[in-house]
Amino acid sequence: MSQAPLLRVRDLRCAYGAREVVRGISFDLWPGEVLAVVGESGSGKSTLLNAVAARHAPVGGTVEFAVRQGPDGVGELAEIYAMTEAQRRLLARTDWGFVHQNAADGLRMNVSAGANVSERLMALGQRHYGRLRAQASDWLQRVEIDPARIDDRPDTFSGGMRQRLQIARNLITAPRLVFMDEPTSSLDVSVQARLLDMLRMLTRQMELAAIIVTHDLAVARLLAQRMVVMQGGNAVEAGLTDQVLDDPQHPYTQLLVSSVLPP
Amino acid sequence: MRDMHIHFAYLDERTKRMIRRAILKAVAIPGYQVPFGSREMPLPYGWGTGGIQVTASIIGSDDVLKVIDQGSDDTVNAVNIRRFFQRTTGVEVTTDTTAASIIQTRHRIPETPLREGQILVYQVPVPEPMQHLEPLEVETRKLHALQEYGLMHVNLYEDLAHFGQIATTYDYPVLVNSRYIMAPSPIPKFDNPKMHMNPALQLFGAGREKRIYAVPPYTSVESLGFEDHPFSVQHWEQPCGICGARDSFLDEVITDDQGGRLFVCSDSDYCAKTQAAAERPGSAL
Repeated sequence: MSQAPLLRVRDLRCAYGAREVVRGISFDLWPGEVLAVVGESGSGKSTLLNAVAARHAPVGGTVEFAVRQGPDGVGELAEIYAMTEAQRRLLARTDWGFVHQNAADGLRMNVSAGANVSERLMALGQRHYGRLRAQASDWLQRVEIDPARIDDRPDTFSGGMRQRLQIARNLITAPRLVFMDEPTSSLDVSVQARLLDMLRMLTRQMELAAIIVTHDLAVARLLAQRMVVMQGGNAVEAGLTDQVLDDPQHPYTQLLVSSVLPP
Repeated sequence: MRDMHIHFAYLDERTKRMIRRAILKAVAIPGYQVPFGSREMPLPYGWGTGGIQVTASIIGSDDVLKVIDQGSDDTVNAVNIRRFFQRTTGVEVTTDTTAASIIQTRHRIPETPLREGQILVYQVPVPEPMQHLEPLEVETRKLHALQEYGLMHVNLYEDLAHFGQIATTYDYPVLVNSRYIMAPSPIPKFDNPKMHMNPALQLFGAGREKRIYAVPPYTSVESLGFEDHPFSVQHWEQPCGICGARDSFLDEVITDDQGGRLFVCSDSDYCAKTQAAAERPGSAL
């Protein structure tokens, strides 16, 4: 791990009208690190994720990201809400990825898998059909989708395939940070396991930092090095995943850990 | 000829000024869709209400008007619009492309090259080139503003993936002045190269969608494509069955129920002139 954090969040506050749903969250994320945000539904996890991913403007606090400068250089931390919208959107489709719970929200269901995967490259100005197709085909293979299905539309794909397609679509520009909102919770358990395996491999291979929002502690245990436990908009506990799950300190975390049914 | 009970060119002067302001803005920002307060016209939407309003606000009593529909001067749409302007303005009308100062068109650009001082007015059904891919107009406006045009190539990619070639043959998207992506209205892609660096002013009016946009004279208009599948136009094996022209856009006409077919120029004025030139050997067109 390098010295500087990739992402720094300080005292982040989000509200819907007068109702504050994220009440001052702070954390750092280092390159290549996977952070899980767990908590019950309504605890503000998804709102936090959207605020950090520049999809929902917070009412207070800062989100700073180490913007890429030049081919390899990593620049200073820059406040994302101080950027112009054009810069933010460019960041969101190059250096970031966003994986939705429902794959249909993150995919274009009416165009082929190949077009879905290569859309970001075309947005960045790649204009060579043969090369676009080769890259799309390569990425389909990496997410374990048969490249022969490159011209099929995602509405003919199963739930697990759609989710993997969504991941390929996000990772094709080699982002450094991926946001995932409940990436596995709409899938059945065996498909979940495969997807988790794949995610773990890809995050290691690509040195990808990720923030994963989940209510499933097993997902957090498998993927994340660190985790934040949220309740009622507050981070009640944070630390190394194994430490938090094996030795929970806060009463809510203790409740959460003890609520998991053993199979 | 002119009906004196109707105001000159049908629209009232304040409406014309409003439309002219929109046109000036459109000319200043080539390819940008300017919203305007489109009026109810005495023709149904889809008959060219946008084009008619643009023509009505720029026409003067000394203009010479030509109206074409699919290249032809004598189809229903062209005849009706021409008659509308004859009745409301009394201006001189013509079928001769070179004689006209304003040409209102649906679905074609005349084959005869235009010259400086002429104005070509297009009737536009769908002004937003990304509408089929991004239904939210709030979003498409943002994409135009930020010049995020990856979507257009997604569309072309789909054509290539499914048909092995770019199957879009009309309303083929163009990049105007290296800035805005624009729908050229449903002209065949055969006509796209004519828009590039054209000496005439090109105005586009969409009545139902309430948008006006423009390509000023001598502006670059580039048709989109891939490096390994560049933009190309259609070609025909045979010449026009009437005038023998090989360089014009041909319509296929079924002549009987035995499979007989004839390819003829869609531009009736061009076809007639080529025929006349062929009958008078040695004379230039």
